[in-house]
Amino acid sequence: MADTIETALRSFITENFLFGDDSRTIAGTDSLIQNELMDSTGILELVAYLEDHFGISVADEDIVPDNLDSIDRITAYVAR
Amino acid sequence: MCGIGGFLAKHAPLAQGEGLLARMTGALHHRGPDASGTSLIRGRDIAQIGLAHTRLSIVGLEDGAQPMVHGETFGEDDRLTISFNGEIFNFVELRAEMEARGRRFRTGSDTEVLLQLYDEMGLDCLEKLNGDFAFALWDAREQRLVLARDRMGVRPLYHTLHDGVFAFASEVKALFALPGFAPQPDPIALDQIFTLWAPIAPRTPFAGVSELPPGHCLVVDAQGMREHAYWQLSFPDHADAARDADPARVAEGVACLLTDATRIRLRADVPVGAYLSGGFDSSLTSALAAREVPDLHTFSVTFDSPEHDESAEQQAMVAALGTRHASVNCGEREIAQAFAEMLAHAERPVIRTAPTPLFLLSRLVRDKGFKVVLTGEGADEVFAGYDIFKEAGLRRFCARQPGSRLRPQLFRRLYPYLPGLQKQSPEYLAAFFGAGADDPADPLFSHGPRLRGTAAAKLFFSGDLRARIGDYDAREEMAASLPGDFARWHPLHQAQYLETRFLLPGYILSSQGDRMAMAHGVEGRFPFLDHRVVEQAASIPPGLKLKGLREKHILREAFGDLLPHDIAQRTKQPYRAPDSAAFAGAHAQELRDAALSPDALAATGLFNSGAVAKLAAKVARGGVSGFRDNAAFIGVLSTQIWHARFIGEAGMRNQAAA
Repeated sequence: MADTIETALRSFITENFLFGDDSRTIAGTDSLIQNELMDSTGILELVAYLEDHFGISVADEDIVPDNLDSIDRITAYVAR
Repeated sequence: MCGIGGFLAKHAPLAQGEGLLARMTGALHHRGPDASGTSLIRGRDIAQIGLAHTRLSIVGLEDGAQPMVHGETFGEDDRLTISFNGEIFNFVELRAEMEARGRRFRTGSDTEVLLQLYDEMGLDCLEKLNGDFAFALWDAREQRLVLARDRMGVRPLYHTLHDGVFAFASEVKALFALPGFAPQPDPIALDQIFTLWAPIAPRTPFAGVSELPPGHCLVVDAQGMREHAYWQLSFPDHADAARDADPARVAEGVACLLTDATRIRLRADVPVGAYLSGGFDSSLTSALAAREVPDLHTFSVTFDSPEHDESAEQQAMVAALGTRHASVNCGEREIAQAFAEMLAHAERPVIRTAPTPLFLLSRLVRDKGFKVVLTGEGADEVFAGYDIFKEAGLRRFCARQPGSRLRPQLFRRLYPYLPGLQKQSPEYLAAFFGAGADDPADPLFSHGPRLRGTAAAKLFFSGDLRARIGDYDAREEMAASLPGDFARWHPLHQAQYLETRFLLPGYILSSQGDRMAMAHGVEGRFPFLDHRVVEQAASIPPGLKLKGLREKHILREAFGDLLPHDIAQRTKQPYRAPDSAAFAGAHAQELRDAALSPDALAATGLFNSGAVAKLAAKVARGGVSGFRDNAAFIGVLSTQIWHARFIGEAGMRNQAAA
């Protein structure tokens, strides 16, 4: 389950935030903000993607870096 | 205001010296459409000197022709010959002082005042000048060529050493007149533009071409080249800067000096108009000018997009001042259509479209018969108006209490015009602004988020360009070039220095200022950039400039009565134009295809074509909204167009080589 989520997430991030440039390796714990992968628009795109793709509903109070600022955190959040 | 060019051939006269000067004046015709002139001089220690000039007649209409000689009746070895671009605004006072000392003048021009002042004082004359200028002066007595540029970097001056010939010009395009001159793009300059928005002087986007930095003087003689700064921006130590000052007295001093700075910038033998954006700064310069000029003409840009448009504020000021106003509307289509021509004048990649509306505005000014305009440029740097100053203050405020959920909410108040930020949680706001992660002791702390956000656009650089840039870091070079006492300044002053020293000359005054105005033979004049105003403002306590979140506080105190209340108290709306959105849709398809096709990208080799194709497709569908992606798209597009114009197969490079 977590593997599937992570694979989908990596593909979304590479396609959407790196415009398909897969030469960069992103560790599961890398901060998406600190590594310039995501800005304030990006976070809203990410939430929309999570809701559409995984059929979950992301509450406003859940939109915090603790839940969404790395691939590991997003995976754990979606799997929860 | 004019265009200058020329060369110095040390060992032997050039076979085609006259032709070279003629091609230089041809390339600079737009800067000086009223007249042109050239001089070829044989030196004693130097084989040959060439000076070229294209003239925009503003002061001394009848007798200001250039290149101008002082000492015509002297022997050839005693003459001074100058090619001068710009204005010496205090030439009236300087001339009166010199006449009192017994000097006599042949002409009514500021050029002759400069020549005679140099005759008296040599290089020390630079410190007496209050003006915006770039000049080349051949001093036959000393057998040296002197190049100098104004303190703030209003007027441009570029130079290169090509096949043993030293050549210089107001714009790089005139250097393409040198036979075989064919510069490549400078990868480090591209890295700097994609980080700081502009190259760090003396570097330019053309490898081997240098810019004379603002406030610098370059002497070329038989011994070689020596450059020195005759002026530098400085601020008091933190402890001294925070000292108590009587706000009323400070405001009075500001009002007095800015009024004078405006007054001497109205000196011209042709009518002077004013830009009027609807913001506080240009409203103030227009109001000050309107006191001196009956029937003042003002000019502005309006936008289709409500988020960029300020026509309501412009109309309020026009009504309040009773000026005769004209405006040009700028929609997405107009920006896309004029973008390539704008770049031909900017001569460098840009990461925003904002120069384009100013290009269209100067055309309007020219069509209305004006050659000179006052603008409010510089007020945000000098009196702390930019959001980035408030943002830096808030980030420090947040850093003092990490984890506070209350403090980061203030970022929303800072950027009411950015809808994306309004929806963010305090935690994310703190993260985006590096409010916990950035080290407040970092000299570039104030600009951290902007530099990071822009540099993220380097994602689109090709592997080859990345390899050529290697581990170079533009931020490191910027930090390394700061003055020794920088660390002792107040944080606001540090941030002001970074804006005024790097972005102002590197982007605002060049890409948005001189090059856009001179594209249509219009001279911009900037009362806020009078060095007396700049020096006075630097000495004002930081809390009087940025008071809480009220920017330019002391200016509002000094001049509030002069403007309608709403304008005087209006929070700054940054000057922006539609970026990638201007290139969405069918009207820009041809341009996108030509600049960003796989073939075009392969031809420059500068960008990752797969990633650019995806970005371009996203833009075509309706534009991108994030800061990084907008910067990336405009940066890539402008670099491609710039390359095609100057470097590539059909570019100027090969015309020169042919």
